[in-house]
Amino acid sequence: MNVAPALLALIQVMAMIAFTPLLVGIMRQVRSLLEGRVGAGVGQPWRDLRKLMRKEPLRAPGISWIQAVGPIVLVVSSLILCALIPLVGTIAFPGLPDDLFVVVGVLLIGTVALALVGLDAGSAFGGMGSSRHMTIAALVEPTVLVSIYALSVPIGSSALSRIVNQRIAEPATMAAPVSLLAMVSLAIAVVAETSRMPVDNPSTHLELTMVHEAMVLESSGRDLAWLELGSWLRLSAMLGLIGALALPWGMALEVAPLPLLVGVLTLGLRLAVLAMALATIEVFLAKLRLFRVPELLAGSFVLALLAVITSYLTVTV
Amino acid sequence: MSIRKVVQLMVGTGRVAEPAPQRPEPLPDRPAELNGTVQIRHVDAGSCNGCEIEIANAFGPVYDLERYGARLVASPRHADVVLVTGVVTHNMQEPLRRTVEATPRPRLVIAMGDCARNCGIFANCYGVVGAVSDVVEVDLEIPGCPPTPDAIVRALRSVTGT
Repeated sequence: MNVAPALLALIQVMAMIAFTPLLVGIMRQVRSLLEGRVGAGVGQPWRDLRKLMRKEPLRAPGISWIQAVGPIVLVVSSLILCALIPLVGTIAFPGLPDDLFVVVGVLLIGTVALALVGLDAGSAFGGMGSSRHMTIAALVEPTVLVSIYALSVPIGSSALSRIVNQRIAEPATMAAPVSLLAMVSLAIAVVAETSRMPVDNPSTHLELTMVHEAMVLESSGRDLAWLELGSWLRLSAMLGLIGALALPWGMALEVAPLPLLVGVLTLGLRLAVLAMALATIEVFLAKLRLFRVPELLAGSFVLALLAVITSYLTVTV
Repeated sequence: MSIRKVVQLMVGTGRVAEPAPQRPEPLPDRPAELNGTVQIRHVDAGSCNGCEIEIANAFGPVYDLERYGARLVASPRHADVVLVTGVVTHNMQEPLRRTVEATPRPRLVIAMGDCARNCGIFANCYGVVGAVSDVVEVDLEIPGCPPTPDAIVRALRSVTGT
């Protein structure tokens, strides 16, 4: 039994749990400052979570066990994502591969759990949110798959840690057309997957425009805390994936105290930079009409497809 | 507006929020869970929308109520505070009661504005059930017709203790 990958996975999970509420806090704070506000500070999501954990969960009459189990499934799937994606270091489990297809599969487990929670209470808005969420997921998952697949073609492996390793070894490949096309399409897919602008507005109060928010309307107290933490972890894991592919420097290549420390610190830095960039871009965007979202996502899928074609052409030449 | 103009506007305007006024006296029996974080569900039980304008102002960039950890939410299940404005009309009596029941404990009900406190100028009108305290238990009242954003900020800060 090899201890090193398990240790790395544990460190990744703990680092992500510590960073994620801060990350959400940073995004809200950047947005507040750009709007001329003072902002609630980066610790606000922590305080909100702590309070929700202490409140009684109030469940609608006639609700099933899904309402209690769904949020836990979402959190667990997000934690598995944090363990699998190379965030702090690039050492792979021998048994459980950090394969691209495994990652997308785990992502889908969380998506389905969230959609079921939305449907469970039987309220109109929850079902509407779930149906929208699944529509978007059906358009997004292929894009995530195809765009990373484009990056895996030159290496001949779909293991994320090997892709990241190769990018650290040869930084020139990051500026190649394949890589740029794949990264743009992946970025759009991640924005849609994690319910950010312009696909979904995370701070909306209007039920008719909601996607993610509509699904959690009926959850309260602890259930809501798990749902929030789960979707925030998902967001930071996906940002971490983009970060690992776009800014792979500082990754731990072996399990030793110093590389791991550097790995954790650069992970925090990478996530903070990406979160600030995302929040800044969001200020300038308006939410897309729901019926225009498929156009955006189809566009990102075309970019991913072009990346795959380019990667095959460059491999044969 | 082009992106360049938006950036110019942001840089030119800078911080809009006014400096925070002095911290008000905390509410005596407030739940300790709500330290520095309170989620608010607003219920319009029959208001003239004067109070709503002032709520929007309190959460706007100038008064910036969000800096004290308060946030408006879309569902009573997410809320700690039910903020009720206006007299309670016959049609809103049951929805108001159900909204308060759907809010997980510990919860507070705030009656905002003179109508919510004592029916104000709508007292004895034919469509009016009564003040908010006639229908649900009220923990805090904000006087005024409508209350100024300052008063709203003060009341909610006394709940969060910040």
